[in-house]
Amino acid sequence: MASTSSTKSVVVDRYAVGARINHWVTAISFILLALSGLAFFTPSLYFLTGLFGGGQLARTLHPWIGVVLFISFSGLFVRFWKANLWNADDSAWMSKLPDVVAGHEERLPEIGKYNAGQKLVFWGMALLILVLFATGLVIWQQYFGASSSIDQQRVALLIHAAAAVGTILIWIVHVYAAIWVRGTIQAMTRGNVTGGWGWRHHRKWLREEVQKGEVKAQPAE
Amino acid sequence: MATMELVRRSASSSPAFQPGAQEVAKLIDVSKCIGCKACQAACLEWNDLREEVGFNDGTLNNPHDLTPASFTVMRFTEWENAATGNLEFLIRKDGCMHCSDPGCLKACPAPGAIVQYSNGIVDFDHDKCIGCGYCVKGCPFNIPRISKADNKAYKCTLCSDRVAVGQGPACAKACPTKAISFGTKQEMKDLADKRINDLKSRGYGQAGLYDPPGVNGTHVMYVLHHNDRPSLYAGLPDNPKISTVVELWKGVAKYAGLAFIGLAAVGAAVHHMVAGPNRVSSEDEENAARLKEKA
Ligand code: HEM
Ligand code: SF4
Repeated sequence: MASTSSTKSVVVDRYAVGARINHWVTAISFILLALSGLAFFTPSLYFLTGLFGGGQLARTLHPWIGVVLFISFSGLFVRFWKANLWNADDSAWMSKLPDVVAGHEERLPEIGKYNAGQKLVFWGMALLILVLFATGLVIWQQYFGASSSIDQQRVALLIHAAAAVGTILIWIVHVYAAIWVRGTIQAMTRGNVTGGWGWRHHRKWLREEVQKGEVKAQPAE
Repeated sequence: MATMELVRRSASSSPAFQPGAQEVAKLIDVSKCIGCKACQAACLEWNDLREEVGFNDGTLNNPHDLTPASFTVMRFTEWENAATGNLEFLIRKDGCMHCSDPGCLKACPAPGAIVQYSNGIVDFDHDKCIGCGYCVKGCPFNIPRISKADNKAYKCTLCSDRVAVGQGPACAKACPTKAISFGTKQEMKDLADKRINDLKSRGYGQAGLYDPPGVNGTHVMYVLHHNDRPSLYAGLPDNPKISTVVELWKGVAKYAGLAFIGLAAVGAAVHHMVAGPNRVSSEDEENAARLKEKA
C-alpha cells in the first residue's frame, strides 16, 4: 500500500449528528418493518414474528413502527430534498451507467453532494414510504378496519405488499452501494468522509466545501 | 374422528380440498324460515356468547350485522315482486358458508390459524390467530369479524365440536320449522331436490339450490325460491369467488416479490465479486489535499 504520510490528508464533514440520528432511527425502523412485514408476506418467513414476541405482537407493532418510520423519514425528507433535485449532471451520469457499475469514475462527470443513483434512492423511498403509509392505514384492522370497504382494503393490501417489495429492492441497492463504495459508511457513523472520497465520488461537492473552508486536516490519530 | 380429519391449514402447503363421501353440509331452506331467530339464540347458547344489547333500527334485523359474538344473523328483505305484484318477505340466515375453496384460509398469514377438515368444515384456531384481519379481506361473503376484546377472528364453526361427536349444529337442532337441516352433502342435495320440486310445483319456477361453483361449492347451502337472483336475499353474492385482487396478492405478487428480492441480493453479491471494492486511492487523497492547499 502506498503511504499517505507524505501528504497531509483532509476530511470533510458530511452529516451533522442530528442528521445521523435521524438516519439511524429511519434505518432501524425500516429494518424492523421489513422483518415483520415479510413474516406476514410469506409463510416461509413467518418465524420472524418470533423476533417481535410472536404473531399477535408483530401484528400490533408493525403499523406503529410504520408511524415512527413515516415521521422519521419526513425529517430526512425535509433535510435532504433540496440536495436531491435533479440536474443536468445527473442525466449525464445516468447515461454512463455502465461506467458507474464498472467503477470507472474517471469517465463520469463531476458530481455534487448526491449522484443520480442516490437521488433515485431518495425519491423512490420518499414515494414508496408515502404509499406504504397510506395503504398501511387502510389495512390497519384494529383502528381503521371499519373506515374503508373490503374491496378498498384488498387493493390496499396488494399495493402495500408490492410497495414493500419495491422499498426492499431500493434498500438493497442503497446498502450495497454504501458497502461497495468504501469509505461511505463512516459518513453516517462518524459524520465525515476523507477528502479522497469526496474527490473520487463527489468532486463538485468537495470543491464547494473547500471554497467554504469546511475541509479540515485529518486530526492526528 | 375420521370425519374430522384435518386436510388444509392456512399459510402451509396443503393440497386443494377434495370433495368426497365424508363431506357434510347444512341446508338452509329459506322458503321455510319464519324469522323467529331460534337459531341465533341456540348459537349464542351453544357457543357461550353474549351479544351486546343493541337498538332497534326500524327493521327486524337484530343485531344489525354479524359480530364477533353473533356467528349468525337473520337478514330481512322486503321485496316487491313485479311479476306477481306480491310483496315478499325474504329472510336469510347469514353466516359462514364453509367454502370448499375458502378465501379466508387462502389469505391468512398465520400457519394453522384457519383449518379445513375433510368433511368440509372451515374452522379458526384462535391460539394461532394474530388478528391481522386478512381473512376478512379474503372472504367473498364478508363473514369473519375481529374481536376488539382479544383481536382474534370469529365466525360460525358449523359446530365442529358437535359434529366431531356425531351431533348436528345447534341452530339446526333449534329450528322449529326444520328450515335448517344437517347431514352428508349428498343427503342435503337430495333433500334440496325434493324441496325445489315442491316449490316449482307451487309457482316458484326459479327455485333452486345455492351451492356456488365459484368457490367449488359450499358446506352451507340455501334453497332459494329465486335462485336466479341470489342478491335479492340481502345481497347474497350472485357468483361468489375469491377476489382476483386477493388471488394476485397471494399468487404472483408473493412469488415475483420474493424472486426480485432474492435476485437483487444475489446480484449485489455477484457484482462485488466481479467488480471488487470501489476504493479511494492515495492519488485521490493527494488531489483532495492539494485542492485544499490551493484554496
Ligand atoms: C409506513 C407505515 C406503515 C404502516 C402504517 C404499515 C401497516 C401495515 C399493516 C397494518 C399491515 C397488516 C399487518 C398488520 O396489521 O400488522 C402491514 C403489512 C405489511 N407491511 Fe406494512 N406498514 C408500513 C410500512 C411498511 C414498510 C416500510 C414495509 C417494508 C419494508 C412494510 C412491509 C409490509 C409487508 C411486507 C406486509 C405484509 C403484506 C402481506 O401480507 O402481503 N410495511 N403493514
Ligand atoms: S385475523 Fe386471524 S384467522 Fe384471520 S387471517 Fe389474520 S391470523 Fe388468520
